[in-house]
Amino acid sequence: MRFLIPLAVFVVLLVFLGIGLNLKPREVPSPLIDKPAPAFSLARLDDPAASVSLQDMRGKVWVLNVWASWCVACLDEHPHLVEFSRKGLVPLYGLNYKDVPDAARAWLGKHGNPYDVSIVDADGRVGIDYGVYGVPETFVIDSQGVIRYKHIGPVTPEVLQNTIEPLVRRLQS
Amino acid sequence: MRRAMLMHRAMFVLLVLLAGAAPAWAEQAAPVGDPAVEERLKTLSNELRCLVCQNQSLADSNADLAVDLRNQVREQIVAGRSDAQIRTWLTERYGDFVLYRPPLKRTTLMLWLGPALLLVAALAALYLTLRRRRRDMIAQNVELTEAERRRAEALLDPDEGRAPR
Repeated sequence: MRFLIPLAVFVVLLVFLGIGLNLKPREVPSPLIDKPAPAFSLARLDDPAASVSLQDMRGKVWVLNVWASWCVACLDEHPHLVEFSRKGLVPLYGLNYKDVPDAARAWLGKHGNPYDVSIVDADGRVGIDYGVYGVPETFVIDSQGVIRYKHIGPVTPEVLQNTIEPLVRRLQS
Repeated sequence: MRRAMLMHRAMFVLLVLLAGAAPAWAEQAAPVGDPAVEERLKTLSNELRCLVCQNQSLADSNADLAVDLRNQVREQIVAGRSDAQIRTWLTERYGDFVLYRPPLKRTTLMLWLGPALLLVAALAALYLTLRRRRRDMIAQNVELTEAERRRAEALLDPDEGRAPR
């Protein structure tokens, strides 16, 4: 009995430490999950005269990826996005966050363009509306315009295959 | 005297340097002439957490996002929105995480009550231990031997232990 109590306390501590090690404090859960996506109307990167708004996306499931040419981590996920977009499963839109359009276009030219369309969020306001705090971020938005999933940081092939693809398929059916 | 004056001068220079460093955050954001607005922005952003450098407040952080958020908060202050409205605006986007004082909710109940519960538990454990120890001593009915009693008396006697009489 004398030893059981300290032992129990120790085990409880261990459990908490274990939980703490597995938490990702940098990944703040978004309050926007299952909420309507914030409205926007932004110019296209490839054609600044044309614009895309949230309304235009109604009726289809789509993926929004926040990226920038200055973002180092975006290079990590880029090949996976290119591969993902080749499957043609779902429209992939890019939100070019606080970037210089020329630099952004050059970046896409150099690394390949996985996006159906990239839209320009030059001052980062739409990013803030979407709760973006660490580029890259990836959202899955359903046909009703509701945000169903958010991934913070570079997407990995595992996340694309095991989470995003099944979710997109489920939402599309 | 001379040394003291030198010290003063050094302190003054240091203070000027520090004063130059402290409001650096304000320079990055678009300056608005109204000091009342700046004051409110400062109080408000001291209570808000920067999402990029998570251990800094929005007021302290020089991260791009923090600058942008401060600018937006300033705009909203100028537009006449209340602190509560601005906080709601932020939590709608970034969650309760941005608040250094999270609201009392079901999910934050342990956060708010946990320390108090721990204190109560610790006090209860202390009380129970002391009571058990006392009960054990009474149960054992410890009697002092004559020698022990005399020693205890000597220790308790205020005149003992001073300079020998």
